[in-house]
Amino acid sequence: MAEYIIKNGFVFDPVQGIKGDKSDVAIKDGKIVKDSEISKSAKVIDAAGKTVMAGAVEIHAHIAGPKVNLGRIYRPEDKLFTCTATKGMERTGSGNSIPSTFKTGYEYAKMGYTTAMEAAMPPLFSRHVHEEIRDTPIIDEGAFPVFGNNWFVMEYLKNNEVENTAAYIAWLLRATKGYAVKVVNPGGTEAWGWGLNCLSIHDPVPYFDITPAEIVKGLIEANEYLGLPHSMHIHPNNLGNPGCYQTTLDTLNLADGFKAKNKFGREQVMHITHMQFHSYGGENWGNFESKATEIMNYVNSHKNLTMDTGNVTLDETTTMTADGPFEHHLTGLNHLKWANCDVELETAAGVVPYIYSPDIKVCAIQWSIGLELALLAKDPMRCFITTDHPNAGPFTRYPRVFKWLMSQKARDERLNTFKNADKVIGASTLSSLDREITLYELAQMTRAGPAKSLGLVSMCGGLKPGMDADVAVYDFNPDKPLANPEMIETAFSRAAYVFKSGVQVVTHGDIVSTGNKRTLWVDAKVKDNPQVMRDIREKFLKYYSVTQANYEALGHHFIPNPYALEVDATQV
Amino acid sequence: METVTITMKNPPALYLEAEHICPDEFAGKTAAQIAELHVYEGNTKSTLGKYFEISGDAGATAEDTKIVVRGDVKKVKYIGMKMSAGEVVVEGSTDLYAGAWMSGGRMLVKGDIQAFAATAMKGGELVIEGNAGNYLGAAYRGDWRGMSGGKILVKGNAGSDVGMYMTGGEMVINGNVDVHLATHAEGGKIIVKGNAPSKVAGQMVEGEVIIFGTIDVMMPGFKYVDDVDLEVEGTTAKFAHYIGDTGERHKKRKGQMVYGNLYQKI
Repeated sequence: MAEYIIKNGFVFDPVQGIKGDKSDVAIKDGKIVKDSEISKSAKVIDAAGKTVMAGAVEIHAHIAGPKVNLGRIYRPEDKLFTCTATKGMERTGSGNSIPSTFKTGYEYAKMGYTTAMEAAMPPLFSRHVHEEIRDTPIIDEGAFPVFGNNWFVMEYLKNNEVENTAAYIAWLLRATKGYAVKVVNPGGTEAWGWGLNCLSIHDPVPYFDITPAEIVKGLIEANEYLGLPHSMHIHPNNLGNPGCYQTTLDTLNLADGFKAKNKFGREQVMHITHMQFHSYGGENWGNFESKATEIMNYVNSHKNLTMDTGNVTLDETTTMTADGPFEHHLTGLNHLKWANCDVELETAAGVVPYIYSPDIKVCAIQWSIGLELALLAKDPMRCFITTDHPNAGPFTRYPRVFKWLMSQKARDERLNTFKNADKVIGASTLSSLDREITLYELAQMTRAGPAKSLGLVSMCGGLKPGMDADVAVYDFNPDKPLANPEMIETAFSRAAYVFKSGVQVVTHGDIVSTGNKRTLWVDAKVKDNPQVMRDIREKFLKYYSVTQANYEALGHHFIPNPYALEVDATQV
Repeated sequence: METVTITMKNPPALYLEAEHICPDEFAGKTAAQIAELHVYEGNTKSTLGKYFEISGDAGATAEDTKIVVRGDVKKVKYIGMKMSAGEVVVEGSTDLYAGAWMSGGRMLVKGDIQAFAATAMKGGELVIEGNAGNYLGAAYRGDWRGMSGGKILVKGNAGSDVGMYMTGGEMVINGNVDVHLATHAEGGKIIVKGNAPSKVAGQMVEGEVIIFGTIDVMMPGFKYVDDVDLEVEGTTAKFAHYIGDTGERHKKRKGQMVYGNLYQKI
């Protein structure tokens, strides 16, 4: 494999604590190595005057699978004027908020992202998810199967059977080649099958007679029993409603007393995703306001939590979530087309287009809240930047979010020119925040932090010798005064060079290789559990529309290049 | 105003995608530069000059530019697409998406026009001396934002799904229309001097539809209110006034429920 030396760049690497020192990064056989380990024939990449970081890690995005595809199918207008023609080795692509698989891979890579997590995989459709992941070039991907409304989980946890829950999780991760335990509106999506919802953590789930609180605590316990690389990853109850922050605080509180147990260097037991949607105060849309301060006070003082922001980007986008009842609620608000799907014993999903208009007060406040959360985070290693793509905005807008976070001038300009600027400013503390996220903090929030939270810190998110050679070089000189905040957006939109596992995949913003994409999954070994195996067999015979033999995602067709993180819980 | 005349001299074997035949694209260019603008014939990229003889230079701005299209352009799509000002005259008939997304200026087609003309039109004026196809002034596939402004006049007949998801602007059709007129409309005004067979204004929640001729089957969601005297396009007559579609959600404005209004000449 080719050797490279990236010379004289300003390196930002939180894994090694490097804060913009001018130094070299050496690559050999797909790994970062010490400068002394490469030969003279190594290809030199001149990074003088440029910023060098590890490849970025996406912790939460909806980029593959049936609901993403449903969005593509029922929104032909999302493709209008957004098609990209074949160019060099790039295949044609289409779509803006829900790009085609190929475009998704290219766009991430061009921004310097080399790893991404699909945030909600319906287990029954894991084959579809993996087919799309396979067709998304360059980036390493994993997928989180959803567990928060799963019949097995609810039945086991109702009886406090943590060991059985863990055995079921291990089986499902293997069957679906999943990466982590995802929870979406715990209990609420199942309640939706009865036309109900769980808006607090104590609302009982009909028939199962279990509460969201019990589901969440049980899944944290099972997750730590197994010692999985990532923690339980939750989209709490009551998303997107005025006053929902109280439910969020109640949910965060459920992690109290739990400690992370794993060999991957992960410290949190709960990751709360798209916090922006869960930080709302007020009683209605009229007195809707930010509760980011309350939320961040809690997160800042609890080390066993990590979170991502879910920044609103003020675009027309497509919302999609396994929170079926929420999407029904949303279509009632904006009257745009609604698609819904129930996934047998496991989950459900809904899709609704949404326009975050700068002229609408609520949208502008949502925009403020997302930025506020990141700016109030005391530990950038525990607060990551996302747009919950495509829910709060397309992932392709990350560079714009970076601009707002890194430049007070840029965000104040935006804030002060909203149609209802006075009301928007009054509804959050954003205008009083003068913090500007530094490049080092950005590397924490987009690289080292999410990698650590995912249990991948020995592999990616940093530039330490021995780690995968995922490197992004940006045309951004931190030594020069920033003449115009737009330079941030421009530089991070199209990296000068990107390496993925040692392969140069982007040169001056163009794709030059489709790399060596891998599918990350977690292979958890547990003690033989005949009861759970029998329960699984029985459920397939009695309830599932497919046989157990047709359920598993396996083989070259679905996962041509797997990478399993192994966990052994047989001795617990 | 400067006039550029483009004359079809080498008709394409396949359909030609020519969205650059538009005053905004021609503006500031000489005839030679206009000839270099690209078109697609199937998946083959080529230039306007390969198919058209181009004479005359464009004005400095779209507003100062008039385009006259001569010859057989029945297989040319997207003429006048996204135009914001100036003038386009098509002396014959043309294909899909003529004047689509136009926001200003004037476009005149002396012959017939095919489907999706004036898709999501925002402003300006489109006159069709012949017949119009389906989806005139409608929303793009999947979209919920149809024609929102401007004026369309069809001197002949129009096809089906005219004014689908229309939210504003005005449309006059001197002849007949086919089914699904003003489906999902949320504003705007459509006047049909001829007949409309059926499924008129289904799921319409706001806006106005005026039919001079017959409606074979009235939508069940429309409710007769009263007879009114109206002056429409210079004709004063008595019309039966219906509101609907009562099967849909309706906004309230100043405490009053807002409905789509359907008038049929008695």
